[in-house]
Amino acid sequence: MERRSFLDWFLTTTIGALAASVLYPVVRFISPPEVPEASANQVEAGPVNDPELMERAFKILRFGAEPVILVRAGEGDFRAFTATCTHLDCIVEFRRQQGVIFCNCHSGVFDLTGRNVAGPPPRPLTPFRVHVVPPAGAGQPATLVVERA
Amino acid sequence: VARVRAAYEWLDERLSLTPAVDKLREKTVPSHRFSVYYYLGGVTLFFFLVQVVTGILLMLYYRPSAQEAFESVEFLMTTVPFGWLMRSVHSWSAHLTVFFAFLHLATVFFVRAYRRPRELTWITGVLLLFLILAFGFSGYLLPWNQLAFFATKVGTEIAGSVPVVGEWTVRFLRGGDRVTGGTLSRFYGWHVAILPALTTVLLLVHLLLVQLHGMSVPPGQVATARRRRPMKFFPHYALRDLFAWIAALGVLATLAALFPWELGDKADPFAPAFADIKPEWYFMFMFETLKWVPGGEVAGVAYEAFPIMFFGLAGLIVLLVPFLDRGAQDERQRRGVTVAGVAAVAFVVGMTALGYRSLVPLWALLGSVALLALLGWFLREPEPGDGHRGGAKPREIV
Repeated sequence: MERRSFLDWFLTTTIGALAASVLYPVVRFISPPEVPEASANQVEAGPVNDPELMERAFKILRFGAEPVILVRAGEGDFRAFTATCTHLDCIVEFRRQQGVIFCNCHSGVFDLTGRNVAGPPPRPLTPFRVHVVPPAGAGQPATLVVERA
Repeated sequence: VARVRAAYEWLDERLSLTPAVDKLREKTVPSHRFSVYYYLGGVTLFFFLVQVVTGILLMLYYRPSAQEAFESVEFLMTTVPFGWLMRSVHSWSAHLTVFFAFLHLATVFFVRAYRRPRELTWITGVLLLFLILAFGFSGYLLPWNQLAFFATKVGTEIAGSVPVVGEWTVRFLRGGDRVTGGTLSRFYGWHVAILPALTTVLLLVHLLLVQLHGMSVPPGQVATARRRRPMKFFPHYALRDLFAWIAALGVLATLAALFPWELGDKADPFAPAFADIKPEWYFMFMFETLKWVPGGEVAGVAYEAFPIMFFGLAGLIVLLVPFLDRGAQDERQRRGVTVAGVAAVAFVVGMTALGYRSLVPLWALLGSVALLALLGWFLREPEPGDGHRGGAKPREIV
């Protein structure tokens, strides 16, 4: 090996190693670390006659860090789905007049089984199970518990 | 190579790079006894650029509020990959920026590089030093730990003893009467927006002026500089500069990896200040001076106000050195100026040493002088009599 080509090789390798040793920590640093999210398997959703639920016929629950929509489809008929639209992550709402779950961002429509029936959403909403727990004592209302299906 | 050539020509046609490249090709740096001082500005710039990069990266995780700041730094240091390193590099590089800015200032002062036509280079440089100190002071609070909290309380309170404007200044700095989360937001704003904007403008002017006037030859070295061949900026000086930067990176990486910066405990406004509260080392000489001033007041002005006003005046004098040193304008080196400089350095180093009850500041001073001498020898341009033309002497390969 000639002296010049050795020096060229040596210099390039050194500069490469230096650049790599600076860039590697930077790239690792800007990649966000995995943080375990608080997750839940079931949450209490309050009494069946919750004012918000009576008035708007739906409410959004916190399922850990994940929003879940609880819909009062009729007397004693409660349904729950993941509240994030499968299109682009917006939070959906229930439209009582049309009887559909609607996403205001891009007019996605889901029916009351969670099926995507109109608009851009590509997949149905994931359903959750809703249990009506009998009242603990006389004069108290029944309560709702939502559980991961 | 042909492609690079073509790319250059494409750019040149649009940006007319050739005049700038020609100027760079012709640019030379004078060779004399104190040539090594020319590297110090570059090293300061290097550490400052490290601050810009690591500072931006830290902003990805930092949350500027009293509730979350400490926790976000804790998260950064314990969970984010290399987060501890990033923070450690940022704080070590901050110290080194200040240190080299001081060293740069001192060397430029002693070789009278501020004389005509470089007065504005000096003034922008001194203003940049003040900005760097403001960066240090505002950045110190951001982790929202006990040390930062009390240092900021004390640091801002000091301004309060100045007559007339004191009270307003304290409220202005704190964003209220006390050091609170509001102060944190305010310091954050200064640290990441206002100071960087000011620094960018001043730094560009400073660097532009350096290019415009070239390097100053100290009055006592004119004959030597004329006798020796000046060093070509490209590639000889640029490569040495690069060497200095790589050495600086090496020192920084070593310090950051071996001595990572601690976080301490979260700030608690209702906990007593612990023993051994002190400011950053570069404020120590002022802090220590204040300690020696007894309580009391004369004509409604606290004794404490006098050293503060003295330091304010000293800052102003440093800023106006090019206009105060009249002799320098006709290439005379007045001894009085040197004596004043030595006295100032002695005062700063002495007070710092007293503040720490340690001789380390003195060793740091002697160490930097020795380091400069060593670097000066290592990076020197050989004399013309060394028996070869141009560039470094080819060495024997054993």
